[in-house]
Amino acid sequence: MQPLKRITIVSLLVALISVISGCGQQYTVLNPKGPVGEIQFNLIVISAILLAVVIIPVLIFFAYIVFRYRDKPGNKASYMPEWDDNKVLETVWWAIPIIVIGALAVFTVRDTFVLAEQPSKGVKPITIQVTSLDWKWLFLYPEQGIATVNYVVIPTVTPVRFELTTDAPINSFWVPQLGGQKYTLPGKALNLWLEAKEEGSYFGTANNFSGKGFTEMKFQVIAKPNPKFSDWVEQVKGSAPELTRKGYEELSKPGLVEKQDYASFPPDLFDYIIDKNGGQYYKENRKNEVEKAQ
Amino acid sequence: MLENVKKFASEFFVTGNTLIYAADISIVLTSLSIVFALTYFKKWGWLWREWLTTVDHKKIGIMYLISSLLMLFRGGVDALLMRTQLAFPNMEFLNSEHYNQIFTTHGTIMILFMAMPLMFALFNLVVPLQLGARDVAYPFLNAVSFWLFFFGAMLFNLSFVVGGSPDAGWLSYPPLSENTFSPGPGQNFYIWGIQISGIGSLATGINFLVTILKMRAPGMSLMKMPLFSWSVLSSCIAIIFAFPVLTVTLGLLFVDRFFGAHFFTLDGGGNPMFYINLIWMWGHPEVYIVVLPAFGIFSEVVSTFARKKIFGYKSMVFALVSISLLSFFTWVHHFFTMASNTVDAFFAVTTMAVAIPTGVKVFNWLFTMFRGRIQMKTPMLWMTGFIPTFLVGGATGVMLAVAPANFQYHNNYFLIAHFHQVLIGGVTFGFFAGMYYWWPKVFGFMLNEYLGKWAFWLWNIGFYVTFMPQYALGLMGMPRRSYTYGWDMGWWPLNFVSTIGAFLMGAGFVFQVWQIVYSIIHRQRDLTGDPWDGRTLEWSIPSPPPVYNFAVIPQVEKQDDWWYKKQNGSHRNKAVKYKPIHMPKDSGIPFITGFFWFVAGFGFTFEWVWIGLSGLIGVAVSLFTRYLQKDTDYYIPAEQVEATESAIGGARS
Repeated sequence: MQPLKRITIVSLLVALISVISGCGQQYTVLNPKGPVGEIQFNLIVISAILLAVVIIPVLIFFAYIVFRYRDKPGNKASYMPEWDDNKVLETVWWAIPIIVIGALAVFTVRDTFVLAEQPSKGVKPITIQVTSLDWKWLFLYPEQGIATVNYVVIPTVTPVRFELTTDAPINSFWVPQLGGQKYTLPGKALNLWLEAKEEGSYFGTANNFSGKGFTEMKFQVIAKPNPKFSDWVEQVKGSAPELTRKGYEELSKPGLVEKQDYASFPPDLFDYIIDKNGGQYYKENRKNEVEKAQ
Repeated sequence: MLENVKKFASEFFVTGNTLIYAADISIVLTSLSIVFALTYFKKWGWLWREWLTTVDHKKIGIMYLISSLLMLFRGGVDALLMRTQLAFPNMEFLNSEHYNQIFTTHGTIMILFMAMPLMFALFNLVVPLQLGARDVAYPFLNAVSFWLFFFGAMLFNLSFVVGGSPDAGWLSYPPLSENTFSPGPGQNFYIWGIQISGIGSLATGINFLVTILKMRAPGMSLMKMPLFSWSVLSSCIAIIFAFPVLTVTLGLLFVDRFFGAHFFTLDGGGNPMFYINLIWMWGHPEVYIVVLPAFGIFSEVVSTFARKKIFGYKSMVFALVSISLLSFFTWVHHFFTMASNTVDAFFAVTTMAVAIPTGVKVFNWLFTMFRGRIQMKTPMLWMTGFIPTFLVGGATGVMLAVAPANFQYHNNYFLIAHFHQVLIGGVTFGFFAGMYYWWPKVFGFMLNEYLGKWAFWLWNIGFYVTFMPQYALGLMGMPRRSYTYGWDMGWWPLNFVSTIGAFLMGAGFVFQVWQIVYSIIHRQRDLTGDPWDGRTLEWSIPSPPPVYNFAVIPQVEKQDDWWYKKQNGSHRNKAVKYKPIHMPKDSGIPFITGFFWFVAGFGFTFEWVWIGLSGLIGVAVSLFTRYLQKDTDYYIPAEQVEATESAIGGARS
């Protein structure tokens, strides 16, 4: 059974090496660029280590058993065909997973609650409203009064509260380097806190299948220091066309588009999108969620 | 007139793709050659009498086995098409729509039309034999279940050439699966294909639960029952609670699509999350439904081939039952990314908790091998291949259950790698182990070990080459269901390696087919009925078993009863007085009922209401005919039993 063991170990090593060497930029999840992504990265590392501590010895033990107790003439290892019970051993291996899972559960529950809150406390956050469309992303900046499509610019070291909804099938908004994703649901607005600690351009993607153009639904998140962010807002305000209700209806039709800038948008656009998709049934919910976030 | 026919045909038949034309041709040619062969060899009567009308659980098991292997081929070809498309960036082998259809049918077929029937094949082939029973509790219902599965699967597969395949994913989340975003028959094929076979699955669950609880040989208390039967019992409990949810969910989706209701669309006050909760309340238990029997198989295989009693029998039973119960407390982990943090925390912990009994089982299997004598026959090879795969797959499952970290893995290739690792490494390897283990019992001849080893190594190596890179791709941010990607992402090398692995697994399947064909031609008969020196009752009767299984119902004294009877020599035939055996009569009604379900499903799929309604009326009439039937059973006379036994028993040592 040597080959089996060898193949397993080699494959695991290959996986491990490719993961470790993933300190390269390609491994976006393992290269967090903000506090939310860091919390998640730490959890990934903790869980991987805790599990490896159990799995690796068991794999080695398994390989040993298969080798030691094989049915070969002259095998001197002990053979006890009736031995089927040992209370101490069984207690030990009920205890091992209970302890590991228990420890992991503590971290999990703690961070689940941490992630629902604003990442850097004491910094004034900004809000960006995100709508997934067939098959593009619309970003509204209620505080700045501008809008973009398929790319979003955020200030660095500032918590960003993304309010997510959809005017198309359910999707998921994901920027791996800044932190995990959340669904965009029709008629509802979910909150997702993200924050970038350094300047840069981050890969963002649609992550829940939504039909024909789903694969092309990528977007860019560009993080700029606050002054540059303000400059950019002014520039959009000065040069871009405005997004009207009619323009929105045109934009929301199924199809692909390039990046867009809009100097303004109808102030009630986001509420309109939510209500259009049944938001009126969930008004109370939404009010509570907005209050909770503030 | 001609114009109308042309227009209808171009909408009715799927057109415009060479792959599909090739499939059309091969389907027509295969069908014609089957019809020709049956006519030429005058086998129509034989087919009808021996197979289509049978209520014998062993023959039904064989039909399940053949169908599931065919579906494995179909689902496997889907997988290879997808991996070919993803081998290089910006490939134009498949377009987006075609790719979407293929991943949808791949997932649906592999879970519902490959894993489920392969599992039911083993239920049917083994459980009554292992219990010392002559049949299942409801033989007629068992045949109905099979034909519902079969016609459901055929209806679903028909979408490939007629009407168009579903393309909203294997669980078809609304609103994408609603009329607005998925008009046309594709999605209806999905609803009706699964609905019909799902009703059959529910009936099978009930049937085997009752069989196990009521039909055990005298003396076989539950705590003396073989572990495979225990695993089937746990699986059936989960089926009985989960499948009604599926039936209702698909029913509501159909009402939405057909009558314009708003169960799952918010604009009328419904909610798509309602569907997602419901479908996973079935869907998550479903994966435990298919993996539990695999655990049972591994327990049988490991103790037979390590030539040792299973370690910690009571722990194993407790673990099986607790997994089947815990499986109902995990469904929200499929959408951590929408729920509130309290709900996430709760379901994260309950999901991780499943790892506890599962981990215990692995330790028990290891200690069954410890101080044993391990024989590396093909079934055992699949068992040993399973352990490392499942350990790693289980560990990544726990990693996925960590809710905040899940925000990073959700819906990307990390998840794809994880669930293929547990479903291939756990379920498929398990069912293959079972298939190889019980093959000589069912068919009376051995499978070639040499080709079997080739098949195993190709599958096993192919598996790691395919899915290990996918974990890395997930951490690189590659979303599942992307049909293409650019050179700039750096995803190419790993995708390419993954595609090579998929073809290695495909080669493994080819070797399995070769192995079966070779072994049929060069038949190596098993005259002993007990080629592996087994431990449980199925090995105490000749292979293949006679129609009544046990000429005399055995009296069970302990766990692994057959093994101990062999040890103390009490298994040798004593002079027995045979009694007449009560058996159910064959019936054509299950096949006809299934066919009418197919007609109903087909009608509603195209919204041809009158065809749909006639199908449903046909179902009602055929079942009512059964209700009126009085002559449904018969006795095999004692002399005939004696003659059969001396003919097949005489061949045994």
